[in-house]
Formats: sequence, structure tokens, C-alpha cells
Amino acid sequence: MRAAVITFPGSNADRDLAVAFEQAGFDVTMVWHKDSDLPSGVDIVGVPGGFSFGDYLRCGAIAAQSHITAAMIAHAERGGYVLGICNGFQILTETGVLPGALLRNAGLKFISKPCGLKVTTTDSAFTGGYEAGQEISIPVAHHDGNYFADADTLKALEDQDRIAFTYTENPNGSAGDIAGILSENRRVLGMMPHPERACDTGHGGSDGTALFRALSGVLTPA
Amino acid sequence: MKARVHVMLKNGVLDPQGEAVRHALGAMGFDSVEGVRQGKVIDLDLAEGTTKDQVAEMCEKLLANTVIESYEIELG
Repeated sequence: MRAAVITFPGSNADRDLAVAFEQAGFDVTMVWHKDSDLPSGVDIVGVPGGFSFGDYLRCGAIAAQSHITAAMIAHAERGGYVLGICNGFQILTETGVLPGALLRNAGLKFISKPCGLKVTTTDSAFTGGYEAGQEISIPVAHHDGNYFADADTLKALEDQDRIAFTYTENPNGSAGDIAGILSENRRVLGMMPHPERACDTGHGGSDGTALFRALSGVLTPA
Repeated sequence: MKARVHVMLKNGVLDPQGEAVRHALGAMGFDSVEGVRQGKVIDLDLAEGTTKDQVAEMCEKLLANTVIESYEIELG
């Protein structure tokens, strides 16, 4: 199982994400935003949290135009797996790989705290290690995590069972309490909370571990 | 030549920053303020001959996120 984690200028959760992948048994290669190709044989691309390009213009807007991002999009279009966390989720919406957009938090404040999440679907490689409806605690750290999509898109996400996680107590105004969504083929997950920051008892919680373990189980060649 | 691009959140998209400004103006006694929307102005210095279509392409691809934002271009 091979994972590639992208580093943009301003990424700050790239190493944490790499460690989470490694602990779940992945061989991890770090790739720089100016690289034009992913390492061959990569099973999953991690798009990490942080403040790529200083959040200038819009969160994720400039990273969405990076060389390596084009390779990530091609990987997703080939049916490859992608996990975008926080700024990574913003980048995935800016590229159009996932629908909708992340707006400024409704309360205008940067929020950094553990949040209760409900696992809304277990039908994905990312969420198969949880029980349906299970409540887990995962930290958030964002200023622009207020998920927005038009009514038709929200209905499609719901009808297709593509809402991966919802907040038990909505911290940021997200439509439908949405914390994370899946692509149509269920192989791309974007989420604002940071599962890679809940993978070790030293983190104050380890509810994120099941996500990475489930992924490694699914991606392991039979 | 120059172009000025105005980027605004679309109607129907909540603008919490505009709402905070509206609230502050009301608290300062400006009772006539019924709504505030906050946007961005982007000034571009362009080579002569750049067309409005080219600026529109810049807006579509980068300057605005058309899922949530609308834009207007002034060529000057």
C-alpha cells in the first residue's frame, strides 16, 4: 500500500498525515507542490491541512492550480483514492473534485477544539471501520469550514449516501451539519475535522485510527 | 490597460462578515443600514489588447469561485 502526501507552501498537517498513514501500514512518499507527477503505484493521495499559499484569495484556490494538484485530479479521475483534510477538503472543492464550497465560519471565529461527529455512512473505504451512527470525537481547527452547496447538490449527497460525517453540534454553520463528504465513486473523502490528529492516546483521543486502518485493510492486495 | 474585477458572494449565500459589519454599524447608531454584503476588488494591470473574454476566463478559473461567488469586470 502506497500513499503520497502533498506538501504545499503553508501546509502544516502534512507530516501528521504521513505518520497516520505509516502507523496504518502505508509506505508514504512526500511530494512537493511543484512536482508534476505522483510516484508510480500510489494507492491514495493525502491532501493535508494547513494554510496553503497563506489562504490568499480563497482557502485552497491557489493550491488548486498547482502542478501536483493536476496529477491528483488525474489520479481521482482514474478511480484512485484521495483523502483531503481541512485545507485539503477546501482544495478538493476548489478543484471541483468534490462539490460545494467552504465558507467563513458562521460565527466568524477560528475554531480549534474536539468535535463530536456522527458516522453517517459506513459504505466507503474510509468509514468501513466504524459502526453506522457511531459518535466519535475528532478535533477541528479552521476558520472556513462552513460547508455550502446548493439545494440540488445537498439532496444528491443525501440521496446517494455520500455524507460521510456530520457534526453532533454544528460548530460552523455547515449546511446539513456536514463535516465530510464522499465523491460519487466513494473513493474521494473530504472532511474538515482532522482524523490524523486523533491517532494516538498522546493526542487526547484515537478515534481517527479506525479511518486509516480501514483504508489500509481495503487497499491491501488480497 | 487596466481591469477591475468585483467579486461578491452570490445572493442566498450567507455572508457572516457582511452581517457582522451590519451589526456593528447598527450598534454605532447607523439605524438606516438594512443589509451589508462584503466582497473583493481585484485590480489587474494588463497588456494592451487583453480582451474581456480573457479576463472572464481568469475569473472563472481562479479569481472567483462560481459555486459561491459572482463577478463583474470593468475594463478601463
